[in-house]
Amino acid sequence: MALSGIQIYKLLPQTNCKECGFPTCLAFAMKLAAKQVELSSCPYVSEESKKQLAESAAPPIRLVALKGAGAEVKAGNEVVMFRHEKTFYNKPGLFIHVKASDPDLAAKVAAADAYKVNYVGMDFTVDGFALVLDSDAAAAIQTVRGATKRPLILIGDAAALQAGLSACGGETPLLYAADASNADALAELAKGKAALTVKADSLEALADLTQKIQAKGVEDMVLDLGGKNLSEWLTRSTQVRRLALKANFRALGYPVIAFPCDAQDEGIAAAQAIAKYAGFIVLSEFKPELLYPLLVLRENIYTDPQKPIQVQPGVYEINQPKPESPVLVTTNFSITYFSVANEVEGSGLPAWLVVTDAEGMSVLTAWAAGKFDAERIAKAIKGFDVASKVAKKRVVLPGHVAVLSGELEAELPDWEIRVGPREAVDLPAFMKQALN
Amino acid sequence: MPLEIPKDKWPGSVRAVTIGAASADGGTRSKSITIGGQTTLPYLHFEAPTPNQPVVGIEIKSRRPEDWSTLLNEPWGDVMDDPAAWAKKAEEAGAGLLVLGLTLADSPEDAVKAVKSVLAASGLPLVVWGPGQAEKDNELLVPVAEAAKGERLVLGICEDKNYRTIVATAMANGHLVQARTPMDVNLSKQLNILISDMGMPKDRIIMDPTTGALGYGIEYGYSVMQRLRLAALQGDAMTQFPMLVTPGYEAWKTKEAKVGEGVPETWGDWKTRAVNWETYTALALIESGADIVVLRHPESVARVKAAIAELVTA
Ligand code: SF4
Repeated sequence: MALSGIQIYKLLPQTNCKECGFPTCLAFAMKLAAKQVELSSCPYVSEESKKQLAESAAPPIRLVALKGAGAEVKAGNEVVMFRHEKTFYNKPGLFIHVKASDPDLAAKVAAADAYKVNYVGMDFTVDGFALVLDSDAAAAIQTVRGATKRPLILIGDAAALQAGLSACGGETPLLYAADASNADALAELAKGKAALTVKADSLEALADLTQKIQAKGVEDMVLDLGGKNLSEWLTRSTQVRRLALKANFRALGYPVIAFPCDAQDEGIAAAQAIAKYAGFIVLSEFKPELLYPLLVLRENIYTDPQKPIQVQPGVYEINQPKPESPVLVTTNFSITYFSVANEVEGSGLPAWLVVTDAEGMSVLTAWAAGKFDAERIAKAIKGFDVASKVAKKRVVLPGHVAVLSGELEAELPDWEIRVGPREAVDLPAFMKQALN
Repeated sequence: MPLEIPKDKWPGSVRAVTIGAASADGGTRSKSITIGGQTTLPYLHFEAPTPNQPVVGIEIKSRRPEDWSTLLNEPWGDVMDDPAAWAKKAEEAGAGLLVLGLTLADSPEDAVKAVKSVLAASGLPLVVWGPGQAEKDNELLVPVAEAAKGERLVLGICEDKNYRTIVATAMANGHLVQARTPMDVNLSKQLNILISDMGMPKDRIIMDPTTGALGYGIEYGYSVMQRLRLAALQGDAMTQFPMLVTPGYEAWKTKEAKVGEGVPETWGDWKTRAVNWETYTALALIESGADIVVLRHPESVARVKAAIAELVTA
């Protein structure tokens, strides 16, 4: 937990010597709490205080970064149980399970590595590969590195992991996995070179193990919670998150790895892992029909609720519009855009959809805030040169802003202004009945 | 090291609501179902058991739908022309309840006939939706409510601009209502208050906070449901109703599920993707507190039911 200014003040020398540039230790403490100054500005802080302050500044869930040959994926640093409380920060990395012994290893990795899918203007990819070292590790890593730069999870016994790790020079892979039987050896191996997965049958045993491994000098750990079904995994994942965030329990303050590839229904287990706090997720194979919906779900869950996704303002073509097709207007709030685009697209009717820059607000909110008025709409119609695309200068306003039609007529004198329905769902019927 | 797991202890709980009446209770259903009753967040068995498991409903229509994805013709086929046959097949596919959607083309007589034929064909509890235009909804749902008096149907969809007539007929004929608001905690509470103020017993209201599909606003529905459930547990009486959501309707509207041609190859196999779209939408909503999810494809139904079976196991 972060300390308050007063708590920090108690750890300072309280001599008000002013060397830090502030008139009192208290003033300096307040600045420290606000993270506006560095502790090093005070030359007189005791070693003990330094340690306490450093601990309090550490995030409750450690940020673990896996590094490949030029690509990186991070997990941890989360601060809330529910996305609406603030946001979830580091999207769980999606890893594809591959085997060193697979004769098609190179091709499989290359196919998954090349995958790129677009969702509302963003490109999504897989994040890395979980490589089972069941044959010559060095050769397998060389093969994989010929096909991808993405980070690796190495799975195998201590000897295989050692061979694998030495073939991953300069990278930070994740080793899988330390349990009670091999914790010492794997801690030695991972120290300073790799992140280490830790697994145990209960959270108590897991906490004992992470402390033991940390004492050996390993900082970056990832937890495998086990769990025989969805319910058990959900329980453990929730408990670990709560212990870290609410009890500041360091021994379980690490990201969690999930293996939907072992579940009854892989997609469902992966969907739960995305919603419920996984940091890394291992999928059995590269299948776009599984991956694409999961990537979208991940994006949705990790979208900052305070900053709704906006779509790019512009003219969107729906169902290959022709010059005689109608012109519809809406705002660039993603959900508003989606509901309009989706209804029209589903109806099969062609249309030009003009998305105006309303700073990511819905029609009513934007109108109330003065971000969706006649001036802005006219600016969009003119700016995107809609007139050059259509034969009939006729624009359909959302029903909620019917009041704007008079002003818009003044702004766009050679256009016919029509008022459409209030709800997107009524658009197809309106287009069929009123626009012909 | 012994761990002390932080546990939440909530002052409030969700109301238990029973849908469908068996003969002992004045209806004809072979069994009723009860949802709600939770005293903590979904499936946290270390805090409290799950008193009633969520139910998977299947959506059928009074007439063959013209705008459904052709992928849905495969599993349903000819029965889509006959609501009674469709109801039977949906029951066989594992539905826990049926949702019959009436259409604009139905007359009040058609609507009553469709509802009666479904009630005769299947003993499952039934939700009936109007076609979604205020006047037409009232015109169809009132005679339906009267004809099925005592069955404890759920009548939908009540919205702020159209709830009075539906609530009144539900009260008069022993039915429940589905109160729908557009993804907003306060709007949801407000409609529940309006409906309660008419004198509707509180154990006959089901909230429908609306959801977006995966990729189309699910995060709003997801968070609104979590917030509603938290409010209920904190003791806010006007949020203490079970929640029904319609991932089937939403997911099958999306291009990702609906169509197989003219879409990016990176979306993968159409059918698997489409069923995944519906299934993941439903799963995420179940994790955020849904008590009823209404689906369309039998494979999604089977998968979501299997997930529920795992989740309710302590
Ligand atoms: S330098 Fe240190 S001791 Fe001196 S006033 Fe600043 S905080 Fe206090």
